[in-house]
Amino acid sequence: MAQLTQKERMKIPRQEMPVQAPEDRVQNFDEVALGYTLELAKLEAERCIQCKEPHCMEGCPVEVRIPEFIQAVRDGDMAEAVRIMKSKNNLPAICGRVCPQEVQCESRCILGKKGEPVAIGRIERFVGDYELANKTLEMSRGAATGKKVAVIGSGPAGITCAADLARIGHEVTIFESLHTPGGVLVYGIPEFRLPKESVIRAEIETAAKALSIRILTDYIIGRTLTIDELQAEYDAIFLGTGAGLPMFMRIPGINLNGVMSANEFLTRCNLMKGYRFPEFDTPVKVGKRVAVIGAGNVAMDAARSSLRLQSLAAARNGNKAEAGEVHIVYRRSSAEVPARLEEVHHAKEEGVIFDFLTNPVEILGDDKNAVRAMRCIRMELGEPDQSGRRSPVAIKGSEFDMEVDQVIFALGTSPNPLVFSNAEGLERTKWGTVVADSEFGRTTVKGIWAGGDVVTGAATVISAMGAGKRAAADIDKYLKGEINW
Amino acid sequence: MNTILEKQVLSDVTKLMVVEAPQVARKAKAGQFIIVLMHDQGERIPLTIADYDGAAGTITIIFQEVGKSTIQMGAMKVGDSFRDIVGPLGHPTEIENYGEIICVGGGVGIAPVYPIARALKEAGNHVISIIGARTKDLLLWEDKMRAVSDELIVTTDDGSHGRKDLVTVPLKEILDSRPGKIKKIWAIGPAIMMKFVAGTTKPYRVPTVVSLNTIMIDGTGMCGGCRVVLEDGAQFVCVDGPEFDAHKVDWNNLLSRLSFYRPEEQLAVERHKDHECKLDRAIANGVR
Repeated sequence: MAQLTQKERMKIPRQEMPVQAPEDRVQNFDEVALGYTLELAKLEAERCIQCKEPHCMEGCPVEVRIPEFIQAVRDGDMAEAVRIMKSKNNLPAICGRVCPQEVQCESRCILGKKGEPVAIGRIERFVGDYELANKTLEMSRGAATGKKVAVIGSGPAGITCAADLARIGHEVTIFESLHTPGGVLVYGIPEFRLPKESVIRAEIETAAKALSIRILTDYIIGRTLTIDELQAEYDAIFLGTGAGLPMFMRIPGINLNGVMSANEFLTRCNLMKGYRFPEFDTPVKVGKRVAVIGAGNVAMDAARSSLRLQSLAAARNGNKAEAGEVHIVYRRSSAEVPARLEEVHHAKEEGVIFDFLTNPVEILGDDKNAVRAMRCIRMELGEPDQSGRRSPVAIKGSEFDMEVDQVIFALGTSPNPLVFSNAEGLERTKWGTVVADSEFGRTTVKGIWAGGDVVTGAATVISAMGAGKRAAADIDKYLKGEINW
Repeated sequence: MNTILEKQVLSDVTKLMVVEAPQVARKAKAGQFIIVLMHDQGERIPLTIADYDGAAGTITIIFQEVGKSTIQMGAMKVGDSFRDIVGPLGHPTEIENYGEIICVGGGVGIAPVYPIARALKEAGNHVISIIGARTKDLLLWEDKMRAVSDELIVTTDDGSHGRKDLVTVPLKEILDSRPGKIKKIWAIGPAIMMKFVAGTTKPYRVPTVVSLNTIMIDGTGMCGGCRVVLEDGAQFVCVDGPEFDAHKVDWNNLLSRLSFYRPEEQLAVERHKDHECKLDRAIANGVR
C-alpha cells in the first residue's frame, strides 16, 4: 500500500475479526473468533497514526511497544513485529485473546476520541499466532548466573515471571499443582475463547524450551513440598498461585445435586475435556434449564459452555429444537455487569438469557435430592456502596420460583490457603490474599515475592502478568545484590 | 516415574499396586490420599494411601474395579506407568495414645484403615480391629491387620469367613461389654457402612472418625465438588478432610451426591466393555 496521509488513515474503518456465526458456534467448542488474515492485520495496522507521544503504551501493564510493532505489521515485517512484541510480552497469542484491551491500551488510543480505536488486541493476537505458526524468533537466554528461583504456579503471573528471569540467565523451576501447566488459562478459560493445545500449550512450551525453564507438574506446594523447603534450596521464590477457591452463597439447598461452582463446571469442561465425554473419562453434566449466578467473565464462560453442552446433547439425542435454556442471574442491573462487553455481547448473541436485579434466596430440591427450582427475590438499586456501584436492595414480598435443574455459582474466588502451610512469617489479609507491596510484589518474608490473583484477589490475566514482570525485575536486582531488603 | 513395581490380585475385582512415587512417599502419612491420572484422556482418581515407604520411595494403593477407569487401571501391569500421581493430599490422621480404640474396615476400606491401625498401635494404643466384607474373596489384609491389632474380629455378610455379621454387630457388642473403655473409633469403608457405624456409635458418644471418598477433581480445594454437609455447614473433603466426625455428617446428602454421576459411569463401563469385546473378537479373528 502506498504511503497514506493521516486523513486517509483515519478514514479506514476498524476491521472486524471474522467469527463463527452464533448458530454454528453453540454447536461446538471451537474458537469463536477466528483471527485476522495478514491482509486484515495490515489494513488495521494502517489505521495507526503513529503518535509522537503514544498513550496506548501507558495502558499496557507489561509496556508493549505498541506503535512499533504495529508499524512492523504495516510494513509486512512480521519477524520484526514478533521481535518487538516478545521483547516485552512472551505470550502475545494468549494476551491478544484474553486481555481487556478496551479498558487498557485501546482506551488510550487517540483515534478513540472521535471514532474507534486501533484494534491493538486483534493485531497483537495476529502477531502471536503468526509466531506460533512460523517460529521466526530464536528466544535466547543470557549467560547462566548460577542463581536458582522457584516459581509457584504456572498461570499468567508465574509463567511471565519465570520467562523474564530465565531470559536473564537465572535457573528457574516452576511448580504446578495440576497435571498440565497454565493455571487458570487451562482450567478456567474455555477452549472457545482460548485454545488449549494450539495456543496455551504451544506458547508455554516454546518459552519453557527456549529458556530452559523446568516445569514440575503434580507438585502441590504446601503438601508435596513446603515453602520452607523451597527456601532452603532456592535463592528466591515467586508465589503466583492465583485465586482458586470457589465461593458459594450461604443459602439453603447449595448441596443439592445439580448445584456446583463455576470452577468445578469449567474445570470438568476445560482441563478434563468433559465436553468430549465418553471419549475423555471425566463427565460434565448440563441441565435443561441452567442458572448461572453472577455476571463476571467466569459467569459468561460458564453460561456459554452450558449452551454448547446443551446443543451437543440435543444433537446426540436427535432433537435440536429442545436444547434448553441458560440464564445469567445477577442481583444488580445491566449497567453494573463486571464482565467484558465483548463477552456479554457474545453470550447474548448465542442466546443466554439475562435476569437482572434478581437474587437467589433458596435452591429447592425434589425427592431425589436434585435441583428442581430456585427461589429468587427481585432487587432494586439503592445508594452507591463502597465500590461506587449502586447496591442492590431486596424488594419485599417479590419472591418467585424459577424452574431450573442446574445452578452454577460464579461469584468470585479467593486464594488457596494450602500453599501457606510451613510458610512462617508470610502475612495474609483477612481476605486470604498475600500481603505484598504493589510496586515489586515483595512479601513480608525476605526472598519471597508474590503477584497476580494471590495478592489482588480475582482479577485479569494481564494484571497478573504485569505483576509477574515487575517482580521478576525486582528479583533480578535482589539476586545481583543491588537492593537492600 | 510413577511406575508400577508390584501388583497383587487380591480378588477378582480388588487389586494392589506398589508404585514408585518418591515425592509423595517422602511426605505421606496415615490417613492421606493421592490422585492418579492414567493417561491423557483419563480422569483424576482419588485413592487413599494404603501404605508408604519413604526410604524406598514407594506407595501402595488398593482399589476395587467399580467403574471404567478402575477396570482399566486393574488391567495395568508391572512396568506400566501412571501419567500422573499427585499428593499426599488431605490432613493426616491425628495419631496419639488414646488408650483403647477400635478400627473398623469394610471391603476395600480395610486398606486405608491399615496404616492408621499401625500408627495407632505404634503410638501405644490398645487396638481392636473389626474387618468385614460381603464375602470371603473380598476380604483383604487379614494377616497384616492381625499383626498391628491387639484384637481382631473378622466378619462376612454371607458367613463364608469369620462371623456371619455386619461389622456393626461386634462393634455394638464391644461398646456394650466395655462401657466407657473405648476412647475413639475409626471407620473406613463403603459410605453406607460408615453411615451405619456412625449410627451405632452415636448413642455411646464415642468419638468416631470416618474417612470420606467423595467425587472430586483437583483435590486442592478448587472445584468444591467434594463438599460434604456437616452439622455446622459444608466443608471440602479434599482440604478439610478426608477424615470427619462421623456423628456430624449428613449421610443421606453424602449418599445422594455420590450417585450423581452414576448414569455417566454406567455409560462409560458399557462403552468400555463393548470396546473390549470388539477387541477380543478382532484378536480371535486373527487381527493383530
